[in-house]
Amino acid sequence: MSKQLALVIDLNVCVGCHACVTSCKEWNTSGWAGPLTDENPYGKDPTGVFFNRVQTYECGTFPDTETIHFPKSCLHCEEPPCVPVCPTGASYKREEDGIVLVDYDKCIGCKYCSWSCPYGARKFDPVQGVMKKCTLCVDRITDMTIEEDRRKPACVLACPASARIFGDINDPQSEAARAIRENGGFQLMPEWGTKPANHYLPRRKITTILHADELVRVDNPLKAESEKPRPAFNTPTIDGVSSW
Amino acid sequence: MRDPASIPDSELGRSEVKTTTCYMCACRCGIRVHLRDGEVRYIEGNPDHPLNKGIMCAKGASGIMKQYSPARLTRPLKRKDGAERGESAFEPISWEEAFSTLAERLGHLRATDPKKFALFTGRDQMQALTGLFAAKFGTPNYAAHGGFCSVNMAAGMIYTFGGSFWEFGGPDLERAKLFIMIGTAEDHHSNPLKRELAAFKRGGGRFIAINPVRTGYAAIADEWVPIRPGTDGALLLALVRELIELGLYDRDFLVQYTNAAELVNQDAASDEHGLFVREGSVPVRPDTFETPDKMWWDRAGDKPVIARTKGTEGRLMGSFTLADGTPVKPSFQLLKERVKDYTPEWAEGITGIPAATIRRLAHEMGVTARDQTIELPIAWTDCWGNEHDKITGNPVAFHAMRGLAAHSNGFHTTRALAILMTLLGTIDRPGGFRHRAPFPRPIPPCPKPPKGPQAIKAGEALVGTPLGWPADPDDLSVDAEGEPIRLDKGFSWEYPLSVHGMMHNAITNAWKGDPYPIDTLLLFMANMAWNSTMNTSEVRKMLTDKDESGAYKIPFLVVCDAFQSETVAFADLVLPDTSYLERHDVMSILDRHISEFDGPVDSVRVPILPPLGESKPFQEVIIELATRLKLPAFTNKDGSRKFRDYPDFIVNFETEPGSGIGFLSGWRGTAGEKFLVGEPNPNQWEMYARNNNHYHHELPPSFQYMRNWNKGYLDWAYRHRMVRFTDPIMPHIYSEVLQKFRLAGEGKWKGKLPPERLRERVKTFFDPLPFYYTPLEWRCSDGHSFPLSALTQRPMAMYHSWDSQNAWLRQIHTNNVLFMHPKVGAVSNFDDGAWVWVESPWGKIKCQAKFTEAVEPGTVWTWNAIGKASGAWGLDADANESKKGFLLNHLISEELPNMVGGASVSNSDPVTGQAAWYDLKVRVTACKPGEAEESWPQFAPMPTLPGQAIGFKAKVRAYLAGRR
Repeated sequence: MSKQLALVIDLNVCVGCHACVTSCKEWNTSGWAGPLTDENPYGKDPTGVFFNRVQTYECGTFPDTETIHFPKSCLHCEEPPCVPVCPTGASYKREEDGIVLVDYDKCIGCKYCSWSCPYGARKFDPVQGVMKKCTLCVDRITDMTIEEDRRKPACVLACPASARIFGDINDPQSEAARAIRENGGFQLMPEWGTKPANHYLPRRKITTILHADELVRVDNPLKAESEKPRPAFNTPTIDGVSSW
Repeated sequence: MRDPASIPDSELGRSEVKTTTCYMCACRCGIRVHLRDGEVRYIEGNPDHPLNKGIMCAKGASGIMKQYSPARLTRPLKRKDGAERGESAFEPISWEEAFSTLAERLGHLRATDPKKFALFTGRDQMQALTGLFAAKFGTPNYAAHGGFCSVNMAAGMIYTFGGSFWEFGGPDLERAKLFIMIGTAEDHHSNPLKRELAAFKRGGGRFIAINPVRTGYAAIADEWVPIRPGTDGALLLALVRELIELGLYDRDFLVQYTNAAELVNQDAASDEHGLFVREGSVPVRPDTFETPDKMWWDRAGDKPVIARTKGTEGRLMGSFTLADGTPVKPSFQLLKERVKDYTPEWAEGITGIPAATIRRLAHEMGVTARDQTIELPIAWTDCWGNEHDKITGNPVAFHAMRGLAAHSNGFHTTRALAILMTLLGTIDRPGGFRHRAPFPRPIPPCPKPPKGPQAIKAGEALVGTPLGWPADPDDLSVDAEGEPIRLDKGFSWEYPLSVHGMMHNAITNAWKGDPYPIDTLLLFMANMAWNSTMNTSEVRKMLTDKDESGAYKIPFLVVCDAFQSETVAFADLVLPDTSYLERHDVMSILDRHISEFDGPVDSVRVPILPPLGESKPFQEVIIELATRLKLPAFTNKDGSRKFRDYPDFIVNFETEPGSGIGFLSGWRGTAGEKFLVGEPNPNQWEMYARNNNHYHHELPPSFQYMRNWNKGYLDWAYRHRMVRFTDPIMPHIYSEVLQKFRLAGEGKWKGKLPPERLRERVKTFFDPLPFYYTPLEWRCSDGHSFPLSALTQRPMAMYHSWDSQNAWLRQIHTNNVLFMHPKVGAVSNFDDGAWVWVESPWGKIKCQAKFTEAVEPGTVWTWNAIGKASGAWGLDADANESKKGFLLNHLISEELPNMVGGASVSNSDPVTGQAAWYDLKVRVTACKPGEAEESWPQFAPMPTLPGQAIGFKAKVRAYLAGRR
């Protein structure tokens, strides 16, 4: 199978800190895909271009509530619906690594791609008039002047919980492919047939099973205390009054 | 569009990469700052830094927008003649004018009455310097923000086992199997904690979160245990009871390494009542703080002997009589009796946690600690000379912070947690709690606050340090009548162990002139006219209030900040601070270091960029001011300049001439050949810079554990002057320190005694064993009128930061809402998203409700410090932060009326003075139709200040480094 770079996001350890959100923003605003424009950055209802956001959901009712932090960016689908709808060929999927990109020079800002994307992963920049999206930091990961272990998307480097695993999901030996295989990795809305490359790992719960006999032990330290003080020899006994 | 791989990023413009230390929050990660044509292009975690190892957080990655923020101040300002305080009517002045104004005013105060100068700082990571300045100036009126942050967590644990969380120590998640996090949304050690928590979970560890709210870390817990705010003490004491009842405690650990088996005098008539009985024949050396003359009841010999006598073993339980007839009990027995009635069923009624859950939690902790012990093949020697061929550990770890601390019962709650951790045998052992050097400290640590008015003399340095750790009543800062000598009443009989000061009462007390009026208040990086104060609306009035003569009641207010905060509006003099990328700084062992479990670590910050405009690092202001005031330690004997600037001070300052101890521990000695102690090294900064801005001294494995009792470690620490004593640091299950204060409350102490009106208070709260009591504020209302607890958390993306002005972070949290269970709306008949009034006994606010199932139904909560005053922080007057965002602070009183003899006291813990933010009780009602959908109260918009960096402000910002 051809190479398909992607992110595998481990919801079991993501604490929703937004490190991926702003490290993406800072790398990319001054990078190949930048700038990432902000409108009204210091005023009412600020809004800007972010390639990656963390959404927080609640499931269940109190007290059985789960809070799930859910980072979401372009999923770099293997069958990306955004590509064929593009009238100018601006949206394209790279053959060499499967990354879906937008060529701003060709983009006319018609937004067909964002309507066709079922994941809401694209962001229109009204200032530059073009569609922008996650590039998997293509200008980092292909930059051979960067030391090899830092040649990863900015969000992956930043993530304090190492909740973001980057790699070729079609290489069974990759950490990303192994993580999907071994931890029940899943795709978002696979029924759309988009074959998203990015995967998510579900919550895994650790529970403890206690047995009643574990609370009783022959070496229970209480026994050390229950030896009552031994009365002195001359403490009165019944021998002082009985004659039988 | 060019191929993305065609030109490396570093070849676009002139690229530089520099390293320094982040300061977007208190975590202090190593960072690599990439510059393009002199502008910040990218800030990444430094992979070669021990703290973060290359990772980063949302704040750190947004440092660019802090650097280039329109809220930045760039010029010294003074209030315009004739303008009123709070109007933000300023004119720019030169630094020379600022310094000469300050030097003249402060010089006069120092020569006449130094306590009329008060210095309070919002950040506590520079307090070795700011505290030194205050001490040499001669004023006791100094503190950082710890009193309103989490002093209960520091004091409760340090007074129990000589260490605490954050910089001082933490959970050993690498080895733990069970991790219990109580009431924590984020942490000082934020990035390492996230990394370790993820690794812990991946390694199969079980994570339980006890918190009224399920956010942040609690979100990924295997189990969420919702609890009612302010009731953690009841839960912890019930857990302690269950562990004792079932024998699920580490008896060997308790007997040998704590005071659990030591005998306490039970003769109520004696002046020694409640103190440990001591064998009179043991000589007490002057160089000891833990005299080896306490007794235990030997199990085999059935008689009292000096504790830890070879061949004997103390009893933990029982009631005995000494030869002279004195009744005694082991302190563990007293703990057992204390918790007897704290049953899980009792705790269920208070905490809302089912009794069965409480029992199961205790069983999980006890069984995991007992049955999954860790054994490391590391030989070590204890303080009594016993050699051990291994280090063992019980893998149950805890973490807690303000959720426990920010209550008026938080000290005893924290003590209960510390005792629980000790019962499980998890102190400085693998898988449990681990210290970070220079912790553990003696109990209590050695520095002492000034002991009375005699410590303050015109023209002289203070006797003692402004803050310290009282060991008995005679260490209190009170006058002959027992009344406070500090402005904030710290270390007085009202709050005897206020070891971090009580910044939250400084303004109110100065305004009242109680205990005395002051002249000049200098605030650094502290937003005391907004989110850092209780009772915000009233405190703002106090800052502008005048006496009959028309003079301000607080005569002179100086504010140093990098940003146009709400407090700046009230200043008479504004000193513009730099950003963290523009300054030298130290993370010192003398202060808030970044030590690891394996040994001491300190670090530096070095400037990456020149200061914006005329901004100047506060450290430089301190050095310059101290030099002009000719303060000892900062100047030569003849009063001449001693230090060129802050970097020069850091290299050459020694705590005493020739002590070899300075702010930085690495590369000391003239050639950098020494560490911790050594002569000043002129090249020290360069050596830090070459080592990624930090110094890390890794201890040998045998010194990394059991440090409270580790002979080798304590000798090493003694030789390197990290401790003054080599005595074992015995965890205080039973606190004799607290009992000494109680004896004073009972009139039995031979030294300082509390004023009559405070005796009952001291007697009640200085209990040598932890106990549960309802938070004090709850006693100010009937329990029905204000049925809901209200509290705040800080979101991870803004924790410990000042970033509502940050264009990127404010898009993550633009305004806060009040989260609550849908039942709250059902009762008061409003829907999700409705605008509501929130009332407390002290005030009311208007805000927007948001329903959530991830909260205990008796609790409402919000993100703190998102709400801003209109126009502040470089934001537009109609920004969401001011029009929709809100502060809970308006609802919180800084004082509680009628608490002691009809007089008010601080809304604080009666032991430590910790601000009781989370004791707040409220009711929530729907707004009437037609009421504006806008938060209340609103304040007149703050205007832009002269010199403010509004050039960075635009309707559209398309940041691209080096584009110019």
